[in-house]
This record gives sequence, C-alpha cells and structure tokens, in this order.
Amino acid sequence: MNDLAAAFSQAASLLLGFDEDLMEIIGLSLRVSFMAVGLAVLLGLPLGAAVALYRFPGRTVLGALLNAFMGLPPVVVGLVVYLMLSRAGPLGVLGLLFTPAAMILAQCLLVLPIVAALSAQIVADLSEEYDEQLRSLAAGPGQRLVTLLWDGRFSLMTAVLAGFGRAIAEVGAVMIVGGNIAHSTRVMTTAIALETSKGNLALALGLGLVLIAIALGVNLAALALRDAARPRHG
Amino acid sequence: MGVSILPLRLEGVTFEADGKRLIDGVTFDLRPGTRSVILGPNGAGKSLLLRLCHGLIRPSGGEVSWDAPRGTEVSHRQAMVFQRPVLLRRSAAANVAYPLRLRGVPARERGERVAEALALAGLSAQAKQAARSLSGGEQQRLAIARAWVMAPEVLFLDEPTANLDPAAARAIEALIDGVHASGAKIVMTTHDLGQAHRLADEILFLHRGHLLERAEATAFFSNPRTAEASAFLKGDLSW
Amino acid sequence: MVMRRSFLAGIILSAAIALPSSAAERDIVIASTTSTENSGLFGAILPIFEAASGIRVKVVAVGTGQAIKLARNGDADVLFVHHRTSEEKFVAEGFGVKRFGVMYNDFVLVGPKADPAGVRAMTDAPAALAKIAAAKAVFASRGDDSGTHKKERGLWRAAQVDAQAASGQWYRETGSGMGATLNTAAGLGAYALADRGTWIGFANKGDLEIMVEGDKRLFNPYGVILVNPAKHKHIKAADGQAFIDWLVSSAGQKAIADYKLGGLQLFFPNAKKAGS
Repeated sequence: MNDLAAAFSQAASLLLGFDEDLMEIIGLSLRVSFMAVGLAVLLGLPLGAAVALYRFPGRTVLGALLNAFMGLPPVVVGLVVYLMLSRAGPLGVLGLLFTPAAMILAQCLLVLPIVAALSAQIVADLSEEYDEQLRSLAAGPGQRLVTLLWDGRFSLMTAVLAGFGRAIAEVGAVMIVGGNIAHSTRVMTTAIALETSKGNLALALGLGLVLIAIALGVNLAALALRDAARPRHG
Repeated sequence: MGVSILPLRLEGVTFEADGKRLIDGVTFDLRPGTRSVILGPNGAGKSLLLRLCHGLIRPSGGEVSWDAPRGTEVSHRQAMVFQRPVLLRRSAAANVAYPLRLRGVPARERGERVAEALALAGLSAQAKQAARSLSGGEQQRLAIARAWVMAPEVLFLDEPTANLDPAAARAIEALIDGVHASGAKIVMTTHDLGQAHRLADEILFLHRGHLLERAEATAFFSNPRTAEASAFLKGDLSW
Repeated sequence: MVMRRSFLAGIILSAAIALPSSAAERDIVIASTTSTENSGLFGAILPIFEAASGIRVKVVAVGTGQAIKLARNGDADVLFVHHRTSEEKFVAEGFGVKRFGVMYNDFVLVGPKADPAGVRAMTDAPAALAKIAAAKAVFASRGDDSGTHKKERGLWRAAQVDAQAASGQWYRETGSGMGATLNTAAGLGAYALADRGTWIGFANKGDLEIMVEGDKRLFNPYGVILVNPAKHKHIKAADGQAFIDWLVSSAGQKAIADYKLGGLQLFFPNAKKAGS
C-alpha cells in the first residue's frame, strides 16, 4: 500500500521536475503512437468504409478478419513484425529493426483492425440513412465513401481514440521490435516494464500514472475539439 | 440542357417484395411542363412508384424508360426530395453546393448558383448555419434548394410536407410553385387532398398498387370515374 | 481536402522518423542480457566508451536465449551474454567470430527470511537445492531459457532432482526476466536463483535474503562475441570489434571494476591480457 502512495508522489515529482529522460520517453511515446494511429486512420477509415459500402469478393471474410484482429495480442504482432524486419527476414535490408519506424509499423498493424472494424460499423449505420439520398444525387462510389466518412467524423473520432488508447498502452509489440533501447526506442510502457523488472515498483507505477494522465489528456483534448466543432456542423 | 429526356414512360411496371405485388402493371407517361400529383391513400404504393420513376429501385417486371439519346446521363437531369430530408453535417450553403461539387462545377459558378438557390428557398440568412440545426420546414426547403440547384428537368417530391405544420407546408408549396415556374417538371406524391387541389395540373390516382385513374385535375376532383376515387375524395375510402 | 492534407503530412512525418536522426552518427546494436542492463552496469560504462570512441552503443536487453537468437538472425552486431556453453556453440557454428571473456559475477540463492528448507549459509549449492526439493519449499524459476535458467537447470542436474516434474507444485516457472521472477519470489516467499548484479540492484526484495553464496559452481562468466560479418554483410564489424577491444582493454576493465552499487562491486573484470 505504501507503494501506491509513493507512486503518486513519484509521478508528481517526475512530471513537475521535467525530468529530461522522462520528457524524452514521453515525447517518443507520443510520436510513435500518434504516427501509428495516423497511418492506421489513413488506411483504416477508407478500408472500413469500403467493407461497409462496397460489394466485392471476400468482403465478408475481410469484415470478419478485421473484427477478429481487434483483439490481436500485441506480442504476436510484435513477433510478426520482428520476423519481417529481422536481417534474416524479407524486409531485413531496410534496417528498420530497433528503430521508432519499426515501432510505428507494429502499432499501426495493431490499431488498424480496430479503426477499420469500428469505422465499418459506423459507416454502415450512417449509410442506412444516407444511401437513397446519395444515390439520388448521383454520387459515385468514391464520392459516397468520402461523404460518409466526413459526415461520420464525430462518431469516427471514437474509433480513432480507441485506436490511440490501444497504441499508447501496449507494451508487447514495441518491446520486441523496438528493443527498449535507452535514448533510442524506450517508450513509456517499456520503461514501466523495465522499472518493474528492476523492482522499482513505485517508480514503475508513477510512470504508469503519467501514462494514464497523458492518455486522459489526449482524450479530453479530442472531445473538447469535437464539442467545439459540433454546434457549427450539427 | 440539350434535348429533353421527357417523356418518362412506364410500361406494365410491377414491383414485388417478399412475394407481395406492391405495384401492379402500371402504364403511363409523364410529359414536360405539368405538375403531376400521384394521389392515393396510405399504402397505395405512391412512394414506391416515385422511386421506380427516379430509378432508386428496379421494377420486378415491365420497363421504365426516358426519351433520351443513348449515353445521356439521365440521373443528372432529375432530382428527388424525400419525405424526411437527409441533410449533410455541414452548413446550409455547403449542402446546396454539394451536388454541384459532385458534378465538378467550378467554384465561382458554384457560389452564384448556391446563392440563387438559397434565395429562392428564402434561406439566404441561414446560409452559414449548420443544416441540421434548422427547423423542419427550413430543412425541407433546403432539400428542395439542393435539388433545384442542379437545374433538374424533373423534380420528384415524396410527401414533402407530411411532417410539417400547416404554415411550413404552405411555404413548401409556394417553393414548389417557384421551382415549377423556373421550368422544371414536378412529380409529387401526397395523400393530402387540399394540397393536391392547390398544386396539381393532373392527377394519377393510385390504389393498392394499381393506377386506377389519370385525369386533368379539375376533371378528377369534379367527376371521378372510379368508385375508389369517389370514396377517397369523400374521405371514407376503406383500405 | 483535410484528408488529403493530413495524408501528406503523415507521409512526410513518417519519412522524417524513419530517417536516422543524424547520418554521420556511428552506432552499434548489442544483444545482451537483462542482468547487465538492469544492474546499471551499461548505464555506467557505456558513456565512457561512447565518449572515447564516438560510437553509440544501443543495448537490446533480453534473456540469453533470445539474445543469441537475435544475434543469429544478424539483428545485433555484438553478443554479450553469460552462458559459456551456448556462446562456444554460437562461435563453433560460425555465427560469431571469437569469444572474449570480459568479467564475471556470481549467482546467489535467495530465499525468504523464515527459510523453510533450512538452507541458510550452506556452501554447497546443489545440496541446498536438494534440501529445497525434499522440503517441497516453493522455488521460483526463470523458466525462460535464459543464461540464469540454464545455470539453474545445471545445478538441479547436479543435485539429481527432477524439478521440472514438480512444475506447478512447489516448482514455479515464471517464464519471465530476472526482475519479474524476483518480484514473484518476493510475493510467494519463494527461493530463487539470481545473478548478484541484479540482486544488489533490485529494489523490491521484500523479506528475501541471500541464503547460499560462494560455491564456485555459482560462478557466472560473461563473454562478448562479434557477430560474424561473413554471415551477415551489414554487421558493423569494425565498430563492434572496437567495443570488444575496449571492454577487454585496461580502460574497459577498470570501468567495470569501478561500477559499484551501494558500495558493492557487482562485476569482476577477468579479461585475459591481449594476445591470449
């Protein structure tokens, strides 16, 4: 129990002290997860919308796969990405293993099914309402997709936030493909794992509280943005 | 605009769903200029017939054809206003601009046409408001402006005032008159006799999926030829 | 429009991240064990090497088994672990160039203060394990094929006890790193084998104490090996060898000896003099 109290004071002093190492770790965590989610959104929103709107061979299977992969264990994703990026693997020549780029790739693969599956659901629901109107306006398939994504933007933000929560909190994938290298690929979660393994439970928990605070901050900022935009666009 | 796509011809059109025949052997043609009102009790199949004309659903049998040369994009020459307007989550002006953007109309021309359509609908002051924050009547007027901005040759309206109070409904009727005056053919459904009286040049009376009567409006109201039409006009049609 | 802009921004940002922060920077990746990283040794000695050589050392700290696997795949330039048999096999199979002895520490058998098996102050490690097995006292094993785990299994063999058969009963395999296993042992009141470096640096000892130490069978030598550039062309052989040369040089050996935690020396340099 004293660890719990110690954790809070650790977290406070870490944040208030602007510990240089901590700031670097937080910065990398945010950079990696924002990039991963950004890429996952660029790919996942159109993918999800396509699954919702278009009839093509394998559509049902793809939809089921996306749903199933929402719960993919990060370690498995990490292993797959490791095997691809390893010097012995097919993409080894890129030399991306143990770099932030590898971590972005792994988190992107982890988040992509979440963003795609949730946006497929959101777009499918919206399409029920819009379908006749858009066909009446003679909107083409691509125009329908873009219109539905744009009009679903406030709901889709939930999907994006769910993806971000998954990315910033996972440890298994970035540990394997990043290697938790100090000043290079160490992020919040791998630092927490490291401090736990050193037995510095209060420090680990303190870092965990910082992580929660950051995740909370990102969510609040996103929701504030949404609430500011909503009255103007209905 | 080029050559007219009218008349629209329906030849023995049927529509079935779940084994039930909802539209049964309907044949008629729609000529330019007039305001044609499809009249009938609830469940007669008015909305289905309108959707068949507009091409949103395909007939189970028979044929729907426009008198247009091969290669004409007929979907670009017609528009439809639904009973419940589906407005996009953006401003009123952006809603009206939307179909023009879909068709690649240049930005400058777009601005002029949007302003003109909003003015016709009496919504110039609400141009920048979120479309979904408008009142029910304003939303329906906006939907009509959005349809009109494409300069359709034919405008289909499906019970456009069904969800509105009388004052808002009158404003819609005035707007429909304005659209008609600008040269568009009007095809609308209603179950409101008063509205049919006020707007129709000709009546197509639909009953249980059958087109029972087609007549010039004054003739229809003064002298219906079928028992069902007389009953409907008296307000005691059983169905 | 907005989508298109953010797409572009995304591409540019990914490119920026994927590119090395400074093209001129020289760095090597070493695959090592958690004991060297968690004990703080690397944190103390690597800055000295980096300042002297201008080569940045990136440490991927995993179990010995995984470290060797990384090195075999060519994902590290240098292997720095502590299981002599595996290291020699690694070199014999052609994956490594040559093994250099660097330093040693030793393993300690830790256990709860109450000492239910009565092994405190014994000097014969296998005999102590046999007593633990006889008492069915809880023992927390790494169970992860790490150097420490391999050492532990050797000791059980020497004690002629099939601990594996009791897995899930008094013998608990955590399948995780040294620190996590010590956390488990502290929570269960279990015995555990730990390398002294991690043990001294470990902050969550609870009521665990050292029970057995000093047996020469607990000796824990560390070796360092350059991954064979003949197997993997991209290996930074020159910079990797420079790091190895520094480790076994008098400067490197002094840095290792100078690292102390709580006044205690954790690692004892034992590199042979040049030419051996």
